[in-house]
Amino acid sequence: MGGVWAILQHREGKAHPGSWEAVTAAKRIAEAIGSTADAVLLGSEVKTLADEAARTGVASVRVADHPALASYVPGPYTVALVGAAKQEQPRFVVFPHTYQSVDYMAGVAHGYDAGVLSEVIALQAGADGVVWTRPILQGKLQARARVRGDGPMVVSVQAGAFPAADRATGQTAPIVPLAVDAGALQAERDLLGVEDAAADVVDLTACERIVAVGRGIGGPDKLPIIRELAAALGAEIGASRPVIDNGWLPRDRQIGSSGQTVAPKLYVAVGISGAIQHLVGMKGANCTVAINKDPGAPIFNVADYGIVGDLFEIVPALTKALLESRPS
Amino acid sequence: MKIAVCIKQVPDTEARLRLNKQGTWIEEEDLPFVINESDECALEEALQIRDKSGGGEVVVFSLGPERVREALRKALALGADRAAHLHDPAFSLGDPVATARALAAAVGREPFDLVLTGSQSDDLGWGVTASLVAARLGLPHAWLVMGIEVENGGGSARVVREMEAGKNEIFRLRLPAVLEVQAGINHPRYASLKGIMQAKRKEIATLSRAEIGLAEGEAGAAGSRVEILKVDFPRAGTGARILEGDVASTASQLVELLRAEARVL
Ligand SMILES: Cc1cc2nc3c(=O)[nH]c(=O)nc-3n(C[C@H](O)[C@H](O)[C@H](O)COP(=O)(O)OP(=O)(O)OC[C@H]3O[C@@H](n4cnc5c(N)ncnc54)[C@H](O)[C@@H]3O)c2cc1C
Ligand SMILES: Nc1ncnc2c1ncn2[C@@H]1O[C@H](COP(=O)(O)O)[C@@H](O)[C@H]1O
Repeated sequence: MGGVWAILQHREGKAHPGSWEAVTAAKRIAEAIGSTADAVLLGSEVKTLADEAARTGVASVRVADHPALASYVPGPYTVALVGAAKQEQPRFVVFPHTYQSVDYMAGVAHGYDAGVLSEVIALQAGADGVVWTRPILQGKLQARARVRGDGPMVVSVQAGAFPAADRATGQTAPIVPLAVDAGALQAERDLLGVEDAAADVVDLTACERIVAVGRGIGGPDKLPIIRELAAALGAEIGASRPVIDNGWLPRDRQIGSSGQTVAPKLYVAVGISGAIQHLVGMKGANCTVAINKDPGAPIFNVADYGIVGDLFEIVPALTKALLESRPS
Repeated sequence: MKIAVCIKQVPDTEARLRLNKQGTWIEEEDLPFVINESDECALEEALQIRDKSGGGEVVVFSLGPERVREALRKALALGADRAAHLHDPAFSLGDPVATARALAAAVGREPFDLVLTGSQSDDLGWGVTASLVAARLGLPHAWLVMGIEVENGGGSARVVREMEAGKNEIFRLRLPAVLEVQAGINHPRYASLKGIMQAKRKEIATLSRAEIGLAEGEAGAAGSRVEILKVDFPRAGTGARILEGDVASTASQLVELLRAEARVL
């Protein structure tokens, strides 16, 4: 046993960017344990993608090509990957930590009798083996963990933690077919369609300024101070997920991995803690201001300017300062 | 319908966190605990499905120390019929595989038409425990469920699942299945006084490792491949420039910085 597999994710012929980050992570793990990294691709007619993967510096690209794998359904994907893993015995199977891959990685771990370590953000090889870092408590803390024994592990890596390497390497890895037991590829989900999560979509992606409000606002009746600040800044209003889930603002205002990805010039995060699922939606902002009463809130790690304190005092004061500073 | 719901008790997201002395976990003393957000939504969904189906039972399962009884009591007050507390020192410090092994063993003791769980715990956040339960029970599953409609007299469900970037996919799944609910699927109810009174008479069964048929090496730390060594606060990265002073002064400093330094006004 010994290889490290990076599982590529794709949709409609295009690789998910997380795939290449999984490749980077697989290479790092392989280096740490003295092994090699391979890319693994499940799909149907995925030659172009396989060729792309062959130029990422992996030792090989393993391809399970079958019509039943054309689009993602967990049952067939799990069966195909478990079958291949049992045959080739990789030590680590690395997935991007995405809505699709996490949906079936546990099934793979179970079928392959592997341990699971999800959402890894860093790893460090030391005298006592590899130490893995992952966020806990919604990013407020992080945990360092160790894997016991040398049995197989299924690992997922958080978006952005293992940036994709430059793919212009001259080397082209061999593409090797993986055997699939076609009879076992039974889809257990009967796909009916895809819909937009929000009815009318306010497009926040083109906004220059956004005031984003989080659970710290406490309720919809408190929103006027946010509206006033947004008006003073000429900004649109966005929100973190709990604000939407609680029905305080409509779903089309949600920013983050399940909502919109924005890149304004100015992003003011009010009463938002800064969980990764929120950060991925706003880290492209040019200038970020965080207002939060908790000095340890992770949002302060990504913000340019921070004010620690009660938003109910700070937001009105900021609105006032903006209005007063306007040239009359 | 007879529905199992797995709920985890986690620190309130509002709570200020401190590390324990050894730096191996957070200090739990005086820490307020609540039912995990997506698990509370799973419970609400279960209660609605039970009531719509015209009968049946909602049974809540939770693995954890003594304090977890409070979460189970709350679930009963909200309308669950029975509760099972997986309570044994042998369950502690389990990785997701060990925790799922115990939950699956407990849930698998009786037949259920549906198993509902949350998608992710707000403390450890593995995001995989419930899918591992499904795998152990040999049931189909879905992670990040944003809609459930039971059809065919309970034979199948139309499931809405969240995908990235504001899209949902819709599919049909045969039941029983494990559906891992995402926060936002519904607005959980509040406990009524009547519910709180009734909960006092409802049963909370306690299940030990031996009672659910797990061997010593299968539960908790002993049954885990992953061991947490240390927890700490993430290094502040480059970090924000924190503005000091009273409220009025920080506000005017910020306006000045946004104008002159960041040039975004
Ligand atoms: C699969 C998945 C997808 C997700 N997708 C998204 C997504 O698209 N977008 C998203 O945002 N989240 C998403 N989440 C949720 C995410 O994990 C966090 O739970 C969420 O971002 C937290 O929102 P919040 O910061 O508003 O709330 P909390 O984490 O509860 O933070 C509230 C903050 O307000 C502060 N506060 C409270 N009162 C005051 C006050 N008076 N003055 C100042 N500060 C105050 C607190 O200190 C705290 O930091 C997703 C989660 C999962 C599992
Ligand atoms: N100790 C536990 N007791 C009951 N349910 C749990 C427990 N741990 C995890 N779960 C369930 O599994 C889901 C995913 O948890 P996690 O894998 O920790 O993110 C949670 O939302 C719960 O429904």
